[in-house]
Amino acid sequence: MSEVPLRELAQVIRSKNAGPFELTFDVIFDRKAAYDEVKASGALTPEKLARLYNIAVEDILVSMFVDAAMAFKMTVKRRWNQGSSGERDTFGAAQHAPLMDIMIATQSNLRTSDQAR
Amino acid sequence: MNDEIRILTPQGMLGYGLPAEHFWRGIDSGVDAMIVDSGSTDPGPYLLGLGKTIVPRDAYARDVSLLLKAAHECKIPLIISSAGGAGTDAQVDFMIDLIRDLSAANGYRFKLAAIYSSVDRALIHSRLREGRVTECGPSGDLAPSAIDEAVEIVAQIGAEPFAKVLAERPDIDIIVSGRSYDPAPHAAFCMLRGIEPGVYWHMGKIVECGAACAEPKGRVIKATIRPGSFDLEPMNPAERCTPLSVAAHTLYEKSRPDMLPGPGGVLDLNGARYEALDDRRVRVSGGVFLPSNKYSVKHEGAAITGYRTIFIGGIRDPILIGQLDAFLDTVRKRANGIFPQLASGEATMMFHVYGRDAVMGEMEPLRHKVPHEVGLMGEVTAPTQELANDICSSTRIAVLHTPYPGQMATAGNFAIPLNPPETPTGPVCRFTVYHLMEIDSPADLFPVRYMEI
Repeated sequence: MSEVPLRELAQVIRSKNAGPFELTFDVIFDRKAAYDEVKASGALTPEKLARLYNIAVEDILVSMFVDAAMAFKMTVKRRWNQGSSGERDTFGAAQHAPLMDIMIATQSNLRTSDQAR
Repeated sequence: MNDEIRILTPQGMLGYGLPAEHFWRGIDSGVDAMIVDSGSTDPGPYLLGLGKTIVPRDAYARDVSLLLKAAHECKIPLIISSAGGAGTDAQVDFMIDLIRDLSAANGYRFKLAAIYSSVDRALIHSRLREGRVTECGPSGDLAPSAIDEAVEIVAQIGAEPFAKVLAERPDIDIIVSGRSYDPAPHAAFCMLRGIEPGVYWHMGKIVECGAACAEPKGRVIKATIRPGSFDLEPMNPAERCTPLSVAAHTLYEKSRPDMLPGPGGVLDLNGARYEALDDRRVRVSGGVFLPSNKYSVKHEGAAITGYRTIFIGGIRDPILIGQLDAFLDTVRKRANGIFPQLASGEATMMFHVYGRDAVMGEMEPLRHKVPHEVGLMGEVTAPTQELANDICSSTRIAVLHTPYPGQMATAGNFAIPLNPPETPTGPVCRFTVYHLMEIDSPADLFPVRYMEI
């Protein structure tokens, strides 16, 4: 049993607006074994993600695995007005980084490569 | 084959650059329609509030020239939806003017239909009073004043108005529409031809983004649609659609990937199937459209909320960085004392600390880590540009010269790269209307105008 960061198991980790009032996060895998292990690990729960992003669990509107796409999706309320005073990220495209370092307990050697991405 | 429909989507956003070689490969393979979306709320409310287009006229001209050439030479109908980005009446007319100019220059003649998405504000007020206006996502309750304060309000055109034009006027060469639900024109083109709604909505949802569902992400895509399924093929031979790349695309910019609400119902993708036809074509089936009892359309409105002036600079002094929040608080309190508009909330001042938490704010897990250098953007919004300039200048001077405990660098220690140091950025907008309104007759809400050019 070892722990590896999510960025070494997934193919895509990204964020984007889903309309002006929501931010959505996608984690997409290209290997079924890696997807299955992350899904089974219990590391991506609304409670843990709310803590990571310092938001209320109620503000997580969607948190689900999508088997057909080998993907995990989370959608949260946007905390600031899109494209208005105080905007930080108009497209919502740079909010994903904390997901990359979530540690996943894994039993097999599933890293994308020996070198971290 | 007569029972199949072939739609070419040249790109996900008109004006982003159309690769001619892949476009003509698609046209030459035989298609029944060209459909391209031109709209988005993603760049922000300024498109709607200030009437700006997503790209400049010349960028549209480059892409539209190719589309018109194919429309003229191959007699393929063309639909451009959400013209200009926000899809206001003025942006529909802007796109028609561009088409008119390009057609005149090339000797093309077209029959054109324009569908406008401007909204009668009295209707929104009365529907709001009747309780038939609801929030769209977490956009909150709609205040009646927001309806009047918005510079523009557009409603998203569903499939029915497009279908009505296509059915009543089969001789039309080009449709230019105002703000539209992105997959609506794709759906309309299929709904007259015996295709299952679950099939055409799913197809429209994917290809309105062009070949974004391919690997690597591309532009030009061809959809071949039949009653129970559709096939996807990117027109760049270097790109591939795979069952995984197409399934994964259904996540993109959506709140959730399995239930996709739109005008008139919800697309349920829980039973969706993606099969590889070969190594770069995918067949999709299994989507089900669940009609809703009431037909609602999304309304988008933006208001101008003030005028903004900014300054940017850098801080390298470790003594100042170590107490930055307390320092900025001192600066803020001083400004509140000078400008009553700040204290009353009429004007606002915000600091963005790059290198620490400017990107994520309170969501940043590492915001308490002390960096060796930070970038600081001061952002002032006020009811007039002059007041914003005044507050911003005063604040920038305070950041440069306000003393702080333990200060060694008494000459001021804010590194300012720009000269002049403050930059007025003009009006600031906000989405004040983002709501669903029930309508009674989906095909008839939106004005249509026919013309020959």
